[in-house]
Amino acid sequence: MTQLVDETVLDRTLRAALRNGGDFAEVFVEDRRTTAARLDDRRVEEMVSGRERGAGIRVVRGGTTGFAHTADLSEDGLRDAAEAAAAAARGEAGKTNIVALTRRNAPRPHDVEVLPESVEKSAKADLLARADDAARTESETIRQVSASYADARRRILVANSDGLLADDDQVRTRFLVNCVADSDTGLQTGTEAPGRSVGFELFDEIAPEAVARIAARRALTAARARPAPSGKLAVVLKRGAGGVLFHEACGHGLEADLVGRDASVFGGRVGEMVASPLVTVVDDGTYAREWGTYAIDDEGTPAQRNVLIENGVLTDYMWDLTRAAKEGRGSSGNGRRETYQHLPMVRMTNTYLLAGEEDPDDIISQTPYGLYCVALGGGQVNTATGDFVFGITEAYMIENGEITEPVRAAQLIGNGPEALRSVDAVGSDFDTWAGTCGKDGQGVPVSAGQPTLRVAELTVGGTAGV
Amino acid sequence: MGPPVSDRLVSRRVDLLSVAREIAGAARPGEQIEAYALRSRETEVKVYAGVVESLSVAEIGGVGVRVVVENRTGYAWAGSLAPEVVADTLAEARDNAIFGAPDEHAGLAAPTDFAGIEAPAVDLWRDELLSVPVADKVALALEVERLTLAADRRVRGVESADYGDAAIEAAVSNSLGVEATSRRCVASVSASAMAGERDDTQTGAGFSVARTPDDLDVEGAARDAALRSTRLLGAKQPSSRRLCVILDPLVSRSILGLIGSALNGEAIAKGRSMFLGREGEQVGSPMVNLIDDPTNPIAFGAATHDAEGVPVRRNALIVDGVLQGFLQNVYSGRRSGVTTTGSAVRGGFKSAPGVGARALHLAPGRRTLDEIVASTPDALFVQSVSGLHSGTNPVSGDFSVGAEGLMVRDGAFAEPVREITIASTLPRILLTIAEIGGDLTWLPGAAAGITLVIGEMQMSGN
Repeated sequence: MTQLVDETVLDRTLRAALRNGGDFAEVFVEDRRTTAARLDDRRVEEMVSGRERGAGIRVVRGGTTGFAHTADLSEDGLRDAAEAAAAAARGEAGKTNIVALTRRNAPRPHDVEVLPESVEKSAKADLLARADDAARTESETIRQVSASYADARRRILVANSDGLLADDDQVRTRFLVNCVADSDTGLQTGTEAPGRSVGFELFDEIAPEAVARIAARRALTAARARPAPSGKLAVVLKRGAGGVLFHEACGHGLEADLVGRDASVFGGRVGEMVASPLVTVVDDGTYAREWGTYAIDDEGTPAQRNVLIENGVLTDYMWDLTRAAKEGRGSSGNGRRETYQHLPMVRMTNTYLLAGEEDPDDIISQTPYGLYCVALGGGQVNTATGDFVFGITEAYMIENGEITEPVRAAQLIGNGPEALRSVDAVGSDFDTWAGTCGKDGQGVPVSAGQPTLRVAELTVGGTAGV
Repeated sequence: MGPPVSDRLVSRRVDLLSVAREIAGAARPGEQIEAYALRSRETEVKVYAGVVESLSVAEIGGVGVRVVVENRTGYAWAGSLAPEVVADTLAEARDNAIFGAPDEHAGLAAPTDFAGIEAPAVDLWRDELLSVPVADKVALALEVERLTLAADRRVRGVESADYGDAAIEAAVSNSLGVEATSRRCVASVSASAMAGERDDTQTGAGFSVARTPDDLDVEGAARDAALRSTRLLGAKQPSSRRLCVILDPLVSRSILGLIGSALNGEAIAKGRSMFLGREGEQVGSPMVNLIDDPTNPIAFGAATHDAEGVPVRRNALIVDGVLQGFLQNVYSGRRSGVTTTGSAVRGGFKSAPGVGARALHLAPGRRTLDEIVASTPDALFVQSVSGLHSGTNPVSGDFSVGAEGLMVRDGAFAEPVREITIASTLPRILLTIAEIGGDLTWLPGAAAGITLVIGEMQMSGN
């Protein structure tokens, strides 16, 4: 495939960026094409195609980063953006040193088998009707179904004044079904949305009908649910969805940019016991086929498997180039950006808790009273205080070691370090969950994962008494 | 420092309405085409510890094309205004229309959809924004950081201090002869303070938004950030109980936004709203008058026309607690047998128009927050909430969010609280509104904030 921008043009653009001095310059080129199709109310409403192509250029001079971007990938367009970025970076004049570009590609974590653009649009639309039929077959009380198919192919190219030249070709495919069920207590909803860094082969692994049935059953379960309890109780998280707990409780707090601003409860605690010894948390951008996987990050650094917490001990933070340079170390491959129009920052990839040894069924049977969470709807954290929330969308009471009645959606709230310390059982199973992580206005695809586990105590924000 | 973006950029010279007209003019017999073209010039400054951490200057342009043929709809977009890209985008949208299912209500806005309705005269553009030197914008970001640190000795750091602005222009044109242009400016400063005392850290944000940098209240933003972080110092988790809740305007606007999304006529037509079948019923306490009024130039969402080129108007949605009707765009109106209410909205050029509020607000009451607190024996004052996206659902009405704030006891603010949730249902929140403050606060986003007293909610804690 042709390179997005010629090497000699990249070299001249970097020289233009550093013409008036500076410590570092980078050209990030992106070409993104997307297709989405949506079915709602029994009709394929709309097929949407999108195309975005451009370059973001940053110039670092002293402590200041100047940034400009352009949709014009001609040499003139790139030079204009380079000059704009240089003008914006008005720190102290630094040394100017441009190293000749050397290609440094990283191995791809996995191969993409069926590129989305090679698949007929009609085949994409057909998946939606299959999901609609399957969901409505589940029950007559399923009143409404919406289904979406989305694919994206993102080709990136990074060149910088340290001589780095690397590219990547990232493909992602996702399928979403949302169902509305009618009940005595009003309308209830259920959603399921698997996604992977693969092409159309996603549907060899995941049938649209299966996704639809999960979403439909979730809505039907909510329709017979009673109000969730209010107050502190033991919480068992089923494998997969509960990974959001670690994404929020410690993931964000281990991002080096927040640590560097003294805005994390985990700052200055490397080497300390910050979690139960059962807890080993990994962020792994090389995890084959996962939603948050890539060969290189958006600064050209190869993705890595980074152990963040090992047997309860904090081992390291996650780093991008800027933060790593301040500490005189290397990036951990966590520099990401939503598009070429954004500056990179420290972001998670696939963040998960390693499996333990307990039988997941035993964890439930050894819980006298608590909440069993099967599906979560995302969360949020204040890294400076460590307080985090996450929403449950499918959950059941555990009474005398048995799963009993379903409960309605509710928010759970806890404090990161406290929640990590109170993990008291970790199962031998494992699964992952795909989502979009938002930080400072930028959304990037991430996954979270964990085995079935128990947190001894979290505050459940329902409306009923415990 | 002059404006650093070069004039050579292609999009700067492009007339957006000409671009949109040319695409719409390409409609073949039996085909309807709508084109939306947008250009935004943006500056963003982030400072930390007295140093400019990053300065971004950007110009974004793009086009979105909707094609309707034989009642089938297709859409395509591109992040470029270059002629060859625009031509490809039209071809893509035409191709996509083949795969849509026929829908008898599909179609674009026609002049007959809004006969006799005049667009309001609101001017949201400020030429002066484009002539403010970048150095002055940098100075505002540094100033808000400095003032936040200086506001209270307990502020031990500023996690982020930013200045941002945007000058956004857009044009929409369709092959049925409807067209409109819009342009608006917005500037903001914000700071997030970290207050500390012994081992305790609490955070609080402050911001100011205006149409030009000159109108920003930098001191007010810094004061808010400092106050909101320091007043939470020493916060503890209280015990779970039911109690009266007073919502800060920043919180109530989020809740009104959720309620607004359930007043969407398309959601109603598809059976996906908690207000389904409730028209004409008492859905709120009798003091609730909920209005979407984008004709008010004070609202940040003010506009002359909606995203389909239809003039906007004042829509009273709930009057004296009784549900009057829903917001509609052309499609949802036709489907529901009513006309558009001029409520088509779109998130830039990357999506076709949906339905939404622009300037949703409650008719204000009389008293200030201080007056309300002074007559309250026992309540929770909620300063901020978290997990709005994960704990609320405008279809089922479920509402459960993380919260922090202050207890109110015997007519005064008492101890701070954290690590709690507040829960109810959205319909119940509307019905149990006990008082609406007099402090209507226009904020960016679709809804305005106001101090709101909810008779009873469940607080979960210890």
